[in-house]
Amino acid sequence: METLIAGENVKVNEEGYLLDFSEWNREVGEEIASAEGINMTPRHWEVIEWLQEQVKADKALSIRGIKKSGVLDIKEFYALFPGGPLKISTKIAGVPKPKSCI
Amino acid sequence: MSKSKVKKMLFILSKATIENVYAGFVMANGARMEGIEAEIFFTFFGLEAIQKKKLNGLHVATVGNPAMHIPTMVGGLPGMEALATKMMKKEMEKLDMPPVDEFLEILSASGVKLWACKLAVDMFHLKEEDFIEDLDGILTIGDFYNQADMEGTQIIFI
Repeated sequence: METLIAGENVKVNEEGYLLDFSEWNREVGEEIASAEGINMTPRHWEVIEWLQEQVKADKALSIRGIKKSGVLDIKEFYALFPGGPLKISTKIAGVPKPKSCI
Repeated sequence: MSKSKVKKMLFILSKATIENVYAGFVMANGARMEGIEAEIFFTFFGLEAIQKKKLNGLHVATVGNPAMHIPTMVGGLPGMEALATKMMKKEMEKLDMPPVDEFLEILSASGVKLWACKLAVDMFHLKEEDFIEDLDGILTIGDFYNQADMEGTQIIFI
């Protein structure tokens, strides 16, 4: 379905994840974040950019991958995106929701 | 936030076979990933999963487990448990499942509270230094029930 985020018409799935990454920009990410109750800081954006790079490189995202990333540790990940960090951060990043259980 | 009516998952882990330990770990981690609180109470043989010297030597049960599809007599032969465990660990690594020590680190960093059962600790003559650093403490079952302090708490026995 199509929805209006930050003045742009974007295609999202029923859970609100962007279907086409080319429709993503920081304003879109910012508005998704604020709907999740998150105020984006430069540190948040660093993590979001890293997630987007991983997806572009076709690497599966998981909590274990965060631990190995060297970019941030799991504790910080939970602190930045409370209430389900992988789910919420990928939504903000405009990438698909990870299917991993770990 | 999660739409789930479940807000907190409390697990009582009483066994130390790989399949039971991973079941508890995956469910606890999965809860945290959905924004649900999670805690694990290790009791009886489950204590093996948090003992520094034992946790990476856990085995899959090959005897009395019909789903293994090997006859019980064969499953009881020396080395069978080790072989089956090796094969299972290989499959788990393919799915990017961490080994027990790393999984415990992930759980603790994710905010899962890890508790040892006082009665079982006393029974097996264990001391605090036998356990992983990430252990949050030693509790009685009564203390653990008191961790069920919010609406939507579930307790699961494994």
